[in-house]
Amino acid sequence: MTAPGKRLAVVGNGMISVSLLDQLVRLESRWRISVFGDEPHPAYDRIGLSQVLAGDRAADDLPLRDRDWYASHGVELHTGCRVLALDAERCRLATARGDVDFDACVLATGSLPFVPPIPGAGLDGVLGFRTIEDVDAMLERARTGRSAVVIGGGLLGLEAARGLLARGMQVTVVHLVDRLMERQLDDGAAGLVREELERMGLRVLLPASTRRIEGEGRVEAVVLDGGAVLPADLVVICAGIKPNVALAAAAGLDVGRGVRVDDRMATSAPAVHAIGECAEHDGVTYGLVPPLHEQAAVLASQLAGDGAATFRPLATAARLKVAGIDVFAGGRTTPEAGDQEVLLRDDGGGVYKKLVLRDDALVGVALVGDLGPMAAVSDALTRGGRVRDRLALLGVGAAVGPPPGADLADDAVVCGCNGVTRAAIVAAIGAEGGCTTRECVARRTRASSSCGSCAPVVDGLLQLAGMGRAAAPDAPDVCTCVPLPRAALRERVLGLGLRSVSEVLERLGDGVGCHRCRPALSYYLDVWWCGEHREEPASRHVNDRVHANIQRDGTFSVVPRIRGGVTSPAELRRIADVAERYQVGAVKITGGQRIDLLGVRKEDLPAVWTELGMPSGHAYTKAVRTVKSCVGTDWCRYGVGDSTDLAVRLESALEGLYTPHKLKLGVTGCPRNCAEVTVKDLGIVAVVGGWELYVAGAAGMTVRKGDLLCTVATPEQALEEAAIAVQHYREQAEYLERMYHFVPRVGIEAFRAATVDATAGARRGLLERFRRSRDNARDPWRSVPASDPSRFRAPLALAEEPAP
Amino acid sequence: MRVAVPLDDVRPGEGRLLVAGRRRVALFLTTGGPRAIDATCPHAGGPLQDGIVSGARVTCPLHLRRVDLDTGEVDDCAERVRCYPARVAGGHVVLDL
Ligand code: SRM
Ligand SMILES: Cc1cc2nc3c(=O)[nH]c(=O)nc-3n(C[C@H](O)[C@H](O)[C@H](O)COP(=O)(O)OP(=O)(O)OC[C@H]3O[C@@H](n4cnc5c(N)ncnc54)[C@H](O)[C@@H]3O)c2cc1C
Ligand code: SF4
Ligand code: FES
Repeated sequence: MTAPGKRLAVVGNGMISVSLLDQLVRLESRWRISVFGDEPHPAYDRIGLSQVLAGDRAADDLPLRDRDWYASHGVELHTGCRVLALDAERCRLATARGDVDFDACVLATGSLPFVPPIPGAGLDGVLGFRTIEDVDAMLERARTGRSAVVIGGGLLGLEAARGLLARGMQVTVVHLVDRLMERQLDDGAAGLVREELERMGLRVLLPASTRRIEGEGRVEAVVLDGGAVLPADLVVICAGIKPNVALAAAAGLDVGRGVRVDDRMATSAPAVHAIGECAEHDGVTYGLVPPLHEQAAVLASQLAGDGAATFRPLATAARLKVAGIDVFAGGRTTPEAGDQEVLLRDDGGGVYKKLVLRDDALVGVALVGDLGPMAAVSDALTRGGRVRDRLALLGVGAAVGPPPGADLADDAVVCGCNGVTRAAIVAAIGAEGGCTTRECVARRTRASSSCGSCAPVVDGLLQLAGMGRAAAPDAPDVCTCVPLPRAALRERVLGLGLRSVSEVLERLGDGVGCHRCRPALSYYLDVWWCGEHREEPASRHVNDRVHANIQRDGTFSVVPRIRGGVTSPAELRRIADVAERYQVGAVKITGGQRIDLLGVRKEDLPAVWTELGMPSGHAYTKAVRTVKSCVGTDWCRYGVGDSTDLAVRLESALEGLYTPHKLKLGVTGCPRNCAEVTVKDLGIVAVVGGWELYVAGAAGMTVRKGDLLCTVATPEQALEEAAIAVQHYREQAEYLERMYHFVPRVGIEAFRAATVDATAGARRGLLERFRRSRDNARDPWRSVPASDPSRFRAPLALAEEPAP
Repeated sequence: MRVAVPLDDVRPGEGRLLVAGRRRVALFLTTGGPRAIDATCPHAGGPLQDGIVSGARVTCPLHLRRVDLDTGEVDDCAERVRCYPARVAGGHVVLDL
């Protein structure tokens, strides 16, 4: 822990400086902080300068924090105050306004535009692109001048060019290399970008190098190596940046390209740290903000006393928006030997998408024209790890997929510019944060306020929370106790990592709940966490606490699982023995081809289960119940498919899963349908050459013939389609919404589109969550009594309290 | 009659059935402290100890009528269940039945 009152001096008040201050304030560190910035304004959103130049944003919208913020958090801010020297030994700074002693110092001095040694680069009208003043100067020129030359066809140069183009200038981009943005883009993407830019009226010259800049006092023309002369009223040099290390170098710190730092952002001088574009970590300096925010976070933790925080560089990607063309690129976009490439291009449509993978992990990406997949791709790139479905990652078939942002992890950084995670955005949306619009999210978190590239994800998250334009306007709340629509609740629950009903009620509800929402929440937590939730029996109906069906007299019924209705003499004998030993009230063959032992006392349940030695049939709960079967090809002269075998396999595959309402299934060996499967929640009929799957049949309070979902060739395919359909139902239906209500509500076409006809990626996702849920399912008859015998105790016979 | 039930014998949030002669009492450890009521639902005899407890109410597991643990009032029902004073003392719930 830091002693209170020690002084932290921060040199530079740019984007990353603010990022550090933000975190220090949040961590409630006890430093007395002084910040020195040589720009006249408090730190502003440098990334937004492009939009200001293009006229898409007002300059007074740029400040990241107003002066009140600094004051109210006890941060002493000195603007327009240059730090002239650092004395690392004496721990002292010399500033334009006097000396300052510090206990710790942070260098966040950013970088300066790199100006190549071109004759004439010092002429009036030759500018860099780094500060508000630069933009003001460019705008000044644009008002009177006609032509501009931008030297450098990298990210910054193209931003400058499009801004000046938007201001009515004739703009030529001169680039040294034969490909625009060569550091980020491969040939294909760069070519497409160039075409689009030229269509917009930009002139692109490459490869071309500048011999000199000419003019009498102020710039008049740019002369290229071949001798060509480009008239210019304005020249913007965007030839790269160089880390601003002057202060550190003069102080004798170890300096390479940047100020060298270790994993803890410590420089070679004790008590001096460096972050941001001025820092060099492991031989690398960074020019885009996502890793720099990370550096700020690491240093903030260090300064707040967490010595374990270390900087681990992540692959990063950048987005460039050039009037209508969206470009997003990062990592290595030109594959090396041994890399694999996934390429999707639509020349007419101006879309180009490329992934570069190594050992199944994403190492590079270039997207042009359609940034739909950006959030997911960016996440995959930073996270590393195996990419399971490459096409899905590229958004192939994304039209039927969930809104952007749905699949992101909570700690995935959505807004790279401001270092805002999905969880932070989700927190700003809904009950606590109260945001229902992107503008509000931007105000609250700054996400989407800088480069704007994450706006679709923010919209997606709003939509998921039931707020966005595409959301159903009147999605009902889960309950008056938990006043959120289900989709929004899901977001919050996953975002906040709530795994038990009581946590959900405490954080998002009235803290109490009722008999309606608590079982519902119990179910939702199970399915949303794929079984990795925390079970709270107190929120369950008694049936689910003791895993048996309560009877009118308070005793319970026991229906063991008899898969497909197929039993054996030994099993029947065991059932008979148990029935006699525990003197059960009745033994009955049920409508679903099972055997019911009725009238069992609660305290006898664990012993009955143990002695039966059979798994729970879940007849007492909303879960996968029974798969009825007929005798099929094994015995029946009409059978065309082995329905008994498939029924047993289907039941084994699904058993143990909880569902919104009970789920009853059937498999029958021919269209005579002796197992009555067309009136089941899910039924399978063997036909010549294959199997038909029906969903949403009913023959209870309602009678309804099931809808044909699909016809498949093999039992394996039937099992897969069934698993996908069941998982989709589990995830999408309201609690207590039976299949025969759910499917007609959404429409069989939509149900089919989301299951049978879903993208490979979506199907795989469903199957994966299905398997995870299955893996986490425990047979309650074996696991629960053992872990919790006290629930099954006999009533307590009372004795009077002994006299004290 | 005053009786004492060891706290360990009752699971918070889940009722416990006590039998004293012909009397059946449902004991709950709610967030607001221990509560004891007659265990038999006046509607159709449902076992109230097996209901879901939310705040100071228990919901009968058979037909979901709610019973107020402080007043004994039952949803849609003129009849009330009896409530018994209960408090925690020395690791026990002490009840006056
Ligand atoms: C035991 C059984 C009757 C029998 O002896 O055959 C039975 C018994 C009950 N059924 Fe059933 N149903 C049984 C087969 C059926 C069937 C036939 C079937 O499964 O093939 C149906 C029609 C199909 C269907 O499920 O829709 C059926 C439609 C219902 C319904 C109406 C559901 C609907 O939406 O239409 C309910 C009430 C409900 O779920 O809300 C219900 C509810 C009940 C409950 C659970 C009522 C309750 O909450 O206590 C009964 C439990 C008695 C007990 O304590 O065990 N039972 N019930 C059958 C047990 C299932 C099995 O065979 O393993
Ligand atoms: C037009 C433009 C567009 C960009 N677009 C993107 C983009 O889309 N995505 C992206 O990730 N990145 C983008 N960047 C880069 C991004 O802005 C920088 O990476 C980021 O600002 C770096 O933050 P920093 O705090 O390290 O440096 P800066 O923000 O530059 O802050 C450093 C500050 O320190 C001050 N300073 C320096 N020396 C001293 C001294 N001796 N005394 C006092 N103060 C001093 C400087 O004046 C400056 O204010 C863009 C940059 C520009 C210019
Ligand atoms: S039809 Fe079903 S719910 Fe009705 S009495 Fe028979 S078993 Fe019970
Ligand atoms: S027996 Fe309690 S509500 Fe019916």
